[in-house]
Amino acid sequence: MENMVNVFLMGKKYEVPSNLTIMGAMEYAGYQLVRGCGCRNGFCGACATIYRIKGESELKACLACQTKVEDNMYVATLPFFPLEKKIYDMEKIKPTEQIMMQLYPEIYSCIGCNACTKACTQGLNVMQYIAYAQRGDYEACAEESFDCVMCGVCSSRCPAGISHPQVALLARRLNGKYLAPKSEHLEDRVREIKNGTFEELLEGLMGKPISEMKELYNNREIEK
Amino acid sequence: MYTEQMLESMKKVAANREANAALEPRRMTAEEKEALLAKFHPDYKQDEFAILSVGGNKGEKVPTELRALLEAKSRINPADIDLSKADYETDVLIIGGGGAGASAAIEADEAGAKTMIVTKLRIGDANTMMAEGGIQAADKPNDSPAIHYLDAFGGGHFAAKPELLYKLVTEAPEAIQWLNDLGVEFDKMPDGTMVTTHGGGTSRKRMHAAKDYSGAEIMRTLRDEVLNRGIPVIDFTAAVELILDENGNCAGAVLMNMETNELLIAKAKTVILATGGAGRLHYQGFPTSNHYGATADGLVLGYRAGAKLLYADTLQYHPTGAAYPEQIFGALVTEKVRSIGAKLVNSDGEVFMHPLETRDVSAASIIRECQERGKGIETSDGQGIWLDTPMIELKNGEGTIEKRIPAMLRMFGKYGIDIRKEPILIYPTLHYQNGGLDIDADCMTKVENLFAAGEVVGGIHGRNRLMGNSLLDIIVFGRDAGKAAAEKAKSVNVGKLTLAHVDAFAAECEAAGIVGDTVSPKLLPTYTHGNPKFEAK
Repeated sequence: MENMVNVFLMGKKYEVPSNLTIMGAMEYAGYQLVRGCGCRNGFCGACATIYRIKGESELKACLACQTKVEDNMYVATLPFFPLEKKIYDMEKIKPTEQIMMQLYPEIYSCIGCNACTKACTQGLNVMQYIAYAQRGDYEACAEESFDCVMCGVCSSRCPAGISHPQVALLARRLNGKYLAPKSEHLEDRVREIKNGTFEELLEGLMGKPISEMKELYNNREIEK
Repeated sequence: MYTEQMLESMKKVAANREANAALEPRRMTAEEKEALLAKFHPDYKQDEFAILSVGGNKGEKVPTELRALLEAKSRINPADIDLSKADYETDVLIIGGGGAGASAAIEADEAGAKTMIVTKLRIGDANTMMAEGGIQAADKPNDSPAIHYLDAFGGGHFAAKPELLYKLVTEAPEAIQWLNDLGVEFDKMPDGTMVTTHGGGTSRKRMHAAKDYSGAEIMRTLRDEVLNRGIPVIDFTAAVELILDENGNCAGAVLMNMETNELLIAKAKTVILATGGAGRLHYQGFPTSNHYGATADGLVLGYRAGAKLLYADTLQYHPTGAAYPEQIFGALVTEKVRSIGAKLVNSDGEVFMHPLETRDVSAASIIRECQERGKGIETSDGQGIWLDTPMIELKNGEGTIEKRIPAMLRMFGKYGIDIRKEPILIYPTLHYQNGGLDIDADCMTKVENLFAAGEVVGGIHGRNRLMGNSLLDIIVFGRDAGKAAAEKAKSVNVGKLTLAHVDAFAAECEAAGIVGDTVSPKLLPTYTHGNPKFEAK
């Protein structure tokens, strides 16, 4: 017999095998998930979940697909959280300090409680990346926030009403588009292709019989 | 975390690590690969396939599970549907909210077409979000689109449609530039040179990445751009049938609200299917690295409406799915782990193959090592092979793993495995649908005004796909489909709407003697994890 534990899904008790994830436990209990389930692999942030172990004061947050059940776990899913997403035109905005002030002024109301960092399901230093955004240091904000899956748990815990994942996304786009160095070899290659530089070579390949293509493929030089 | 038996084997892996790291294993010859695939690759197991008895590909073989869905009943009765009043009217209707759908939407909107996305979960809930390792483009001086073409054509067993592969490789650098201009962060050197690595079967280092969150970084940026443009996204709404007009052209879809089951009608001048793959059908009982919604819906919708399939009998089993611990069984362990130096090692601590053979060959080789040679490591779900991750830092220095593959570090770290110090166990996992809907160079299927892009398409990669060419194809063909559908919409006059094709397909099934209560598209899988209360049903 498998090792069983008691979990309380939205307060209702179910007995489930202890080796399951929270998501697996919900399915074992009979839920057919529509919301609160996405990639099942820790990348999409659909399964943000809040739980408390009975008798403990600490409220914990996690991704249901990445966390094993524990005995006496009280689970509440957070399948949607109303993050504030501002509309902007990437071609018109610039990576200045003012842009955050215009779009996400609430970041300056941060009281430094660090609840966002404590709640982050990815273990990121959320308050720190907000501090970088406040200063207009978008490169640092982008790096610090890079692994964000936008589950929204940080924002659910924020007394200042900050939509941290959206702030970070803007910072990353500004960094990727305007601040990161340009790739000359990429621009050169796009130009060459537009000029038809490889046209003849490619058409030659496309016209070759399969036997000749096999010969070329099996004997091609592979970069070390 | 590891069992006693695993720890014993792990000692041998550690003892050989230095020697194994220095080794440059021989690549297999063409003949060796052919023999290996024929004996061990799941695509070659004839009894796992069935012959289609209806539709445009009648007489051809597809996986048994797919055949059941292609020949299943519709979720709707056309007689109950009032097509005279549309709930949505648009120029371009995009079904699917992954990378291809989002790219198509941005380009269709850019071209001035009224565009909308419907998706059965949320925008971004897609395999794109889960792509880890990278995206190919021949943009380095020692590389060219022609070399990219040869790598992909050979890796796909010389079966790709040349006109599609030509587009894939020639539009690749521009796709990277487009993403970069949208603000996608690629790994770069301080001077702006892209950090690129090998993937299985590449002859040049052309894998661009954003750490090991490459797909997530692309997807969240595309999603943000779709929202900035104000393109309507109707989420938790699945397409359950395509609608044609009296001229046989595609003209919309019957939609179903996933939460209320309400049916809705979307009328459109052109339709783009961007519904993705099929990993959640768990072909041959394999676990999958795919998204929850990867259930081959687009193949079913398109096939019933008259579109044809190409290479629907070929699937990709990613060589390195997590084999242990069981909570992440089947989850993707990116090929990038091997690109940056880890090798595959058997239970005796031996490197048994070159780590960067193409995926089909690598998967078959791992299966052989376990099944025939008995050099796998027992796990609760079967067997696994070591992927010696500590080798990465032995070769490239401390800190490499945290910097280059943070998602992998985190995924295993949650179960007490530090991949910097301990190797991990892997086994092939169902990863990608190589085949799909047959399209022309303008992304149109055999049904007029029905376009397709992304994993739902077949023919771009032939019978096996290289790492990093799918993240590329969703961008290239997503954009092209968006442009083509927007352009075509300008000249379309939609005739009277009809679902007669659904009735006709059902009649064909009945005439072919197909019985059963299965309905499709499947939309979502059902899991009960061995609960005896549900397993009996």
